[in-house]
Amino acid sequence: MSQSQTDPTTRRATAGGQLLEVEDLHVEFRQRSGVVNAVNGISYSLAEGETLAILGESGSGKSVSAQAIMGILDVPPAVIQGAIRFEGRDLLAMSAEEQRQVRGPGISMIFQDALSSLNPVYSVGWQIGEMFRVHQGASRKEAKRKAVELMDRVRIPAAAKRVDDYPHQFSGGMRQRVMIAMTIALDPRILIADEPTTALDVTVQAQVMDLLKDLQRETGMGLILITHDLGVVNEVADNVAVMYAGRIVERGTVDDVFTDAGHPYTEGLMASVPQVEAKGGRLQPIVGQPPNLAAIPSGCPFHPRCAHRRLGADAAPGRECSIDVPPLRQVVPGREAACHYSEEVLGVRAV
Amino acid sequence: MSEPSESTGATAVSGSNGASARGPLGETLLEMRDLQKHFPLTQGIVFKRTIGHVRAVDGVNMTLRRGETVGLVGESGCGKSTVSKLLVALEKPTGGTIRYKGTDVASMSGRALKQYRREVQIIFQDPYSSLNPRMTVGDIVAEGWSVHSDIAPRKDRLKRTQELLDRVGLNPDYVNRYPHQFSGGQRQRIGIARALALRPEVIVCDEPVSALDVSVQAQVVNLLEDLQDDFGLSYLFIAHDLSVVRHISDRVSVMYLGSIVEEGTDEQVYTTPSHPYTQALLSSVPLHEPHLRGQKDRILLQGDVPSPADPPSGCRFRTRCWKAQDICATEAPALVDRGQGHPAACHFAEARTVVPVEID
Repeated sequence: MSQSQTDPTTRRATAGGQLLEVEDLHVEFRQRSGVVNAVNGISYSLAEGETLAILGESGSGKSVSAQAIMGILDVPPAVIQGAIRFEGRDLLAMSAEEQRQVRGPGISMIFQDALSSLNPVYSVGWQIGEMFRVHQGASRKEAKRKAVELMDRVRIPAAAKRVDDYPHQFSGGMRQRVMIAMTIALDPRILIADEPTTALDVTVQAQVMDLLKDLQRETGMGLILITHDLGVVNEVADNVAVMYAGRIVERGTVDDVFTDAGHPYTEGLMASVPQVEAKGGRLQPIVGQPPNLAAIPSGCPFHPRCAHRRLGADAAPGRECSIDVPPLRQVVPGREAACHYSEEVLGVRAV
Repeated sequence: MSEPSESTGATAVSGSNGASARGPLGETLLEMRDLQKHFPLTQGIVFKRTIGHVRAVDGVNMTLRRGETVGLVGESGCGKSTVSKLLVALEKPTGGTIRYKGTDVASMSGRALKQYRREVQIIFQDPYSSLNPRMTVGDIVAEGWSVHSDIAPRKDRLKRTQELLDRVGLNPDYVNRYPHQFSGGQRQRIGIARALALRPEVIVCDEPVSALDVSVQAQVVNLLEDLQDDFGLSYLFIAHDLSVVRHISDRVSVMYLGSIVEEGTDEQVYTTPSHPYTQALLSSVPLHEPHLRGQKDRILLQGDVPSPADPPSGCRFRTRCWKAQDICATEAPALVDRGQGHPAACHFAEARTVVPVEID
């Protein structure tokens, strides 16, 4: 990867210039069959130029929390509580129209499946140009010219020729570039990428991630990368928040968390993934299944699958894993984990 | 061998049915020679005429021996799933041969073909669409026995189904449940039990863990490894995830645009890749260790995979290759060893380490 990522000064978030602060965010879906608690009180912040990875499996709440920030969750079924502050202003306290005006140019999002996110009956140039027509009142001609510029910027070859092509005429990687062109059209301060490369082949995945990093370097935008891929997190993110059952269970710099995990779930994920650089021995899977969000286990939600859990007489008072919910607390400087016995987990996999 | 295979079944959960009961380890089971599958491209609605062919599989050579796992990696559209369909006789090859225990599969009919289909089973990628939502788990697992009724007598079927479910790590009491009541990982276990029910020799695994969450992937990979040891199975493991393929495979073949570009043991292919495509592929895999970040060569390929309806002349990879010269456009390189210790289909094959070697 490029030099700047290994440079320690850019890998740390700077204290100033907080773009986004999420505070105690809750999202639940009220259904006839009961309440599904998708996000249960998560807090994080994103600084200018920072790349924050949100790592989790399906059903961990990582996408729902991003959709809440983008305001694309349908409320009634969803109930959103907490605060989402963009450049200091709480989005949830605003009217719908105000939210739209702030989010439109300020925060944008790319999705996993570019084919279903693009409209099949409009040319890609028209869809990219729509940004300028709607938000800046540009003329059709002007919008098309800017669309070609953007397609060049995301390195779509022969942009001027392809601007009138339709989404089905592009390959998967090129479609994802079209999506990226649309999202960066208005120079957003924050880009949320929800599994941007999961549907792509590995060689194309590398191209798209490089493109995102280059754009970030040019514009200084904050990038929230939602993924389940440990490798992608390691190669592109500065900081990581690991989510499980709608909660953040561990947070820190990628270097720290990946070198020595402080939460049993993070540790389990690391041990269950085979690596390309060595054949390795038998994989160590996490036992059991991810929890049902309509019936999250009591106490620590991970305790039924946890190798470090302490129940009954083994547990310290007030720290019984099946009863007491562990708070997200600082366990070593710069690192937070939501585990009663995090100190025992740290150092287990010292490199 | 010590014991005829008929006396022990796939349902012999004790694991007594080792590889030696079936035949010698290392015996060649499946052999593909110059295998081809071309799909016609047609134009017109009433009067269809053929205007070209998609060369999905175009000259694949592979061998699968008893008790081993051969990994087949490649990107989407390279033809690896078509290979799996050809192997389980869901598609007929356009050219070339598949030999199973020495017999050409294309020449099989009647009883021989039925036997072949029993012995070569498949596990599909998508555990959601590959199980019939209207059938109970018990019916899905036992369905094969209505064709191959000699394997399980009717009165034993329920018991055998439950034994199979137990063997793949599902609660045997779930036999009357429907697929939608299970999670993705559990459904994949149902698919594995279904394949095992017919006591196969070979299982073609077509992206068996790609749709699963990472923590569940490892459970299924470990299950496949255990079943291989217990029943002496041979796997053709098709996947795009290079890390998983390396973990499970004894030998690996790399496929690009319908043909194999490199093959060897997992060690040979991953530590000394010799074909430029393999090198580019490996260099794109993100590594999990912070201290290895930035230590590998990045080879960024330009452009996209060409259309298999109109592949480049000569070497298929030459349009994206940084080593391409005139000879690459005129002469297709053979898959032979050019001094790297394993075969690579490149005129300018040269071993190069792209993935940093972990020193423990």
